[in-house]
Amino acid sequence: MTQSNIERLLEKGVFVVTSECGPPKGADAEAVRKKGSLLKGVVDAVNVTDNQTSVVRMSSFASCLILKEMGFDPILQMVCRDRNRIAIQSDILGAAAHGINNILCLSGDHQSFGDHPGGKNVFDIDSMQLIQTVRTMRDEGRLIGGEEVKGRPNLFIGAAENPFADPFEIRAMRLGKKVKAGCQFLQTQCIYNLEKFGKWMEMVRERGLHEKCAILAGVTPLKSAGMARYMKTSVPGMDVPDELIDRLKGVPKEKQAEEGIKICVEMIQQLKEVPGVRGVHIMAIEWEEKVAEIAKAAGLSPRPEA
Amino acid sequence: MIVGNRKPLEEIQEMIKPYKKILILGCRECITVCAAGGEREVAVLASELKLSRTKEGREIEIKEFTLERQCDYEYIDQIKPFVDEYEAVVSMACGAGIQYTAERFPQKIVLPAINTTFLGVTLEQGVWSERCQGCGDCVLHLTGGICPVARCAKSLFNGPCGGSSNGKCEVNKDTDCAWQLIVDRLKTLGQLDRYEDIIPAKDWKPSREGGPRVRIREDLRLD
Repeated sequence: MTQSNIERLLEKGVFVVTSECGPPKGADAEAVRKKGSLLKGVVDAVNVTDNQTSVVRMSSFASCLILKEMGFDPILQMVCRDRNRIAIQSDILGAAAHGINNILCLSGDHQSFGDHPGGKNVFDIDSMQLIQTVRTMRDEGRLIGGEEVKGRPNLFIGAAENPFADPFEIRAMRLGKKVKAGCQFLQTQCIYNLEKFGKWMEMVRERGLHEKCAILAGVTPLKSAGMARYMKTSVPGMDVPDELIDRLKGVPKEKQAEEGIKICVEMIQQLKEVPGVRGVHIMAIEWEEKVAEIAKAAGLSPRPEA
Repeated sequence: MIVGNRKPLEEIQEMIKPYKKILILGCRECITVCAAGGEREVAVLASELKLSRTKEGREIEIKEFTLERQCDYEYIDQIKPFVDEYEAVVSMACGAGIQYTAERFPQKIVLPAINTTFLGVTLEQGVWSERCQGCGDCVLHLTGGICPVARCAKSLFNGPCGGSSNGKCEVNKDTDCAWQLIVDRLKTLGQLDRYEDIIPAKDWKPSREGGPRVRIREDLRLD
């Protein structure tokens, strides 16, 4: 066992709630604290993104420390785009030394989507190999290169998976690989198409993966019909059914945000009923002030003591 | 083959600005096949440069010459008798050929007219596509004959990432997702079970991580 709050709660059978905090594009620690304060008492752990969409921001590690000071149990997100195996392993050791208990292993968005499209990517290892790396460092006390680790990083290991990406048929198989590599919790891409998610979960259950790895279903509230359309057409791998867009379009513009919250709450309630789903990951992108409201309406508050 | 693109005329004009006598040197290997730096392209570049310099009122003398290969001194030496008559050589070979010509004539200005891009294949007349990055440790037997290093935008060994959509890569809708291709091919071959194996972190040593690589066949050496 690690010191992770979500590992402890999952072990107890609690339906966990996580959310995320995107660090600011600057050295403003107060901005991190402000976002954190919106999530205080609302979640069991908070993900801290690592230069998401390849836009330069305060580092995940540094932001994690600020949130930790506030009493959070942060989840350090780490992508393979910007660091080679030397830097990755060094950051893992540093994070664990500072009492970070969770890591989310990701490949990372391609740099062409961000603010430095001319930058060179690294991808020395991929997300699967990153999971393996953390597991080997923690459980066997070894680095990729074979050297011994003195002071093992005791991290609860997570990953992400997009149940809606192609080829659909291998998505559960791919999760199986991640579990085999050492993945203990999984946060999914935001779910709008419950039917397709259900099919994916069926494949996950067939393989018994939900028993080896805690599946946390991802949700993102839609602010407007425009945002829903944008997600559908412009965000790769996102599956937003037309009925949802129509439902948002069916209410006046000024009421769409409210409707979006309602949809999100309903979605969480339905996801709670899906066998094998053990928590929810609420990603309210630049709309963190709504997480508390969503969690409360979905019957997920208050949270158990950390 | 090695595929390259000719540099824009303006860039070449800028490079040759100081010179009145140049030698444009083509290559009959890959760069001819991909229609970037063969005899025909040498002729086109020469006439474009002459025309632009005539317009400027600064005449230029250009010799056109195309070698069998620019990656072999045996052929490069064919220009030895006359190379000194020219102030600069504009090479239309790949990056290897350009450098080897420069190495052979260290006193001579050798300028690149080609941007070397990739190791690829001819998809159709006039269309070439990348297939290999020369990583030095081929994994095609594990990935259904499709290279994740060269063909996945993130070079993932255990893809696809979450951005694979309808068989296409999130980075460019015209690019096939390498991992969709790999999965399809493994299925065709009845080897989808291989997908379940985790490919461990790659040893990049055989790649260019240690600087320029050298290959030696002792049995072929003369001394």
